[in-house]
Amino acid sequence: MGYSFPEEALEHVLWFLSSDRDRNSVSLVCKSWYEIERWCRRRVFVGNCYAVTPEIVIRRFPEVRALEMKGKPHFADFNLVPEGWGAYVYPWISAMSVAYPWLEEIKLKRMVVTDESLELISKSFKNFRVLVLSSCEGFTTDGLASIAANCSNLRELDLRESEVEDLSGHWLSHFPDSYTSLVSLNMSCLGSEVSFSALERLVARCPNLRTLRLNRAVPLEKLPNLLRRAPQLVELGTGAYSAEIRSDIYSNLAEAFSFCKQLKGLSGFWDAVPAYLPAMNSVCSGLTSLNLSYATIQCPDLTKLVSQCHSLQRLWVLDYIEDSGLEALSASCKDLQELRVFPSDPFGAEPNVFLTEQGLVSVSEGCPKLQSVLYFCRQMTNAALITIAKNRPNMIRFRLCIIEPQVPDYLTLEPLDTGFGAIVKSCKELRRLSMSGLLTDRVFDYIGTHAKKLEMLSIAFAGDSDLGLHHVLSGCDSLRKLEIRDCPFGDKALLANAAKLETMRSLWMSSCSVSYGACKLLGQKMPRLNVEVIDERGPPDSRPESCPVEKLYVYRTVGGRRIDMPGYVWTMDEDSTIEFS
Amino acid sequence: MAQESELNFKATELRLGLPGTDECEDMISSVKNNNKRSLSETVEDNASKDITSPETPPAPKAQIIGWPPVRSYRKNNLQTKKTESETGIFVKVSMDGAPYLRKIDLKIYNGYAELLKALETMFKFTIGEYSEREGYKGSEYAPAYEDKDGDLMLVGDVPWNMFMTSCKKLRIMKGSEARGLGCGV
Repeated sequence: MGYSFPEEALEHVLWFLSSDRDRNSVSLVCKSWYEIERWCRRRVFVGNCYAVTPEIVIRRFPEVRALEMKGKPHFADFNLVPEGWGAYVYPWISAMSVAYPWLEEIKLKRMVVTDESLELISKSFKNFRVLVLSSCEGFTTDGLASIAANCSNLRELDLRESEVEDLSGHWLSHFPDSYTSLVSLNMSCLGSEVSFSALERLVARCPNLRTLRLNRAVPLEKLPNLLRRAPQLVELGTGAYSAEIRSDIYSNLAEAFSFCKQLKGLSGFWDAVPAYLPAMNSVCSGLTSLNLSYATIQCPDLTKLVSQCHSLQRLWVLDYIEDSGLEALSASCKDLQELRVFPSDPFGAEPNVFLTEQGLVSVSEGCPKLQSVLYFCRQMTNAALITIAKNRPNMIRFRLCIIEPQVPDYLTLEPLDTGFGAIVKSCKELRRLSMSGLLTDRVFDYIGTHAKKLEMLSIAFAGDSDLGLHHVLSGCDSLRKLEIRDCPFGDKALLANAAKLETMRSLWMSSCSVSYGACKLLGQKMPRLNVEVIDERGPPDSRPESCPVEKLYVYRTVGGRRIDMPGYVWTMDEDSTIEFS
Repeated sequence: MAQESELNFKATELRLGLPGTDECEDMISSVKNNNKRSLSETVEDNASKDITSPETPPAPKAQIIGWPPVRSYRKNNLQTKKTESETGIFVKVSMDGAPYLRKIDLKIYNGYAELLKALETMFKFTIGEYSEREGYKGSEYAPAYEDKDGDLMLVGDVPWNMFMTSCKKLRIMKGSEARGLGCGV
């Protein structure tokens, strides 16, 4: 009674499947479906570069056209991961240069990329189209010159937030005159000035240019020259947004903006001068994304600008917006989905702006589509959090950073357990949560009980005991990434929930109370986890087993222990022995 | 609860006491068995190392590594703004007949009165009384300054803030030249 579903038919159906999860499910149906699927997978996402090796990926998926990969743990953004930790992309580029000659896209996050890697990319992949380096480091503008010179089919070059050694702006001039396919360029992280005439000519000859994010060094007076040559721009990042106050500069700028009828996103605005803000008025009503997080403009200029952007879906801004500006935002921007408020004076002892919990409450009240929040402030109450939770059960990402660690509800002096508890109870689709303020084990009980869709949790200076960690590991069914710093979590919860760690991408714990002995035991028990101890004090063997490790990074892997660890990282292997003293 | 708040108080004490240097970050983020215990242990460490001395003024908050979680490029962007507003406006001050010049920071004075007082103390002389009509009367000295255009101007005619931004050099003039600047004889 057998029948055979023709392979070609299945392949045709799979063509429509882009989601990795769906494709992974297809692969599990039977051996032949596994085979068919693996030959037609074109896009691979590797969430942790050490979870697998290039050889394994290439062996399973021989016809890949696009690779997206992430390296260092998230806390590397805040200098918690020492220099030289790893996440080198070169071995991947080297292997793919042979296996995937038709590779078109490489998107990397938090990886170390060298000029050598960039040169190899530029020479190995004839149809290379997209390079996105997000929060990467290790390369110079010479590497960029290779890309510009050799990738004749390049569509996208996006260096967002990468740390580039800026030798000169000359790299941009390496795009040949015959090169016309640029669609997206993000060079906002670079310091040096590029040749403006080279930039102008590049923009003029690339009719498909949609995204242009300039760096600070591009002067405001010259921006109109670029806008006039690219009125089809959808996303623009300005350079420095200040110039001598002159009416000719102003009118030139305003006119150039008025030609850009498709503009949906704006960013840049370094050193913004309020006098030039109204030059943007013609584009405000169409903007869906506005990043003012480098602009040190204050209310009322800031409020006035934001209130004009009625279609805004995403706003990134400094806390100069204050409660009053957020209230205006909540009245004007009913389509707002994402709000990020960054601190203008993160290390100041006293508040420098009038931004409190009330600002966030206003936005949660007025913006029905608000689902993603990153908010830095200096005070919070349980009542405010409860109100926010009640207003916005559709919240998906909620990251609250109260600048002073372990600060309680400033009205009741209680921990913020009930507030965050309300968030996880009400926001049933919550996928990401970062907490701060004074928090006891109780909040983790709430999280373990209610946060069933939670995928990423960030904890700092919180909890009382191992029970807190146990609640999270045993209760959060969807947890993929857990990062913890300065919490009194130790061996018991970790060892009791060892199996859970294989269902997650990674666990980071720094300045906690996990002993070296427990790390060894975990490494022994769980061969499919890499248990890496990071300790800059020297070999953990030189200290008693009960001594807590500085940092611990645990991740599931099919690639075995990694071979590129620096001197301060030790992998706890199956064959490490435990001494009982 | 009481213990919690006590420990929090200790935590606050710790931060106020420590000077804002990098070595302190290691203290705070150093690994101990229990988070709360670690803070109080560190307080004892500091006490024994004599970093918190009763005579030192309350220091700026010691910084914890990686907290608040703001990425470096954001911090740097704000940093440059801050230092710009913190640097002083230093100008040379010369006095006719004095062997060498001095330098002062105009930013530390709240107005002309304070500035002139400071100059009087620095060069040991007295300035007369200012009037718009007659300049500095009652002394053989007159405070003058060189402005952005290179012109020699009498101190005191323009609003203080305008003076601060336009003053390039100060010169305390003496004798007949000083009288030429408008002080009545």
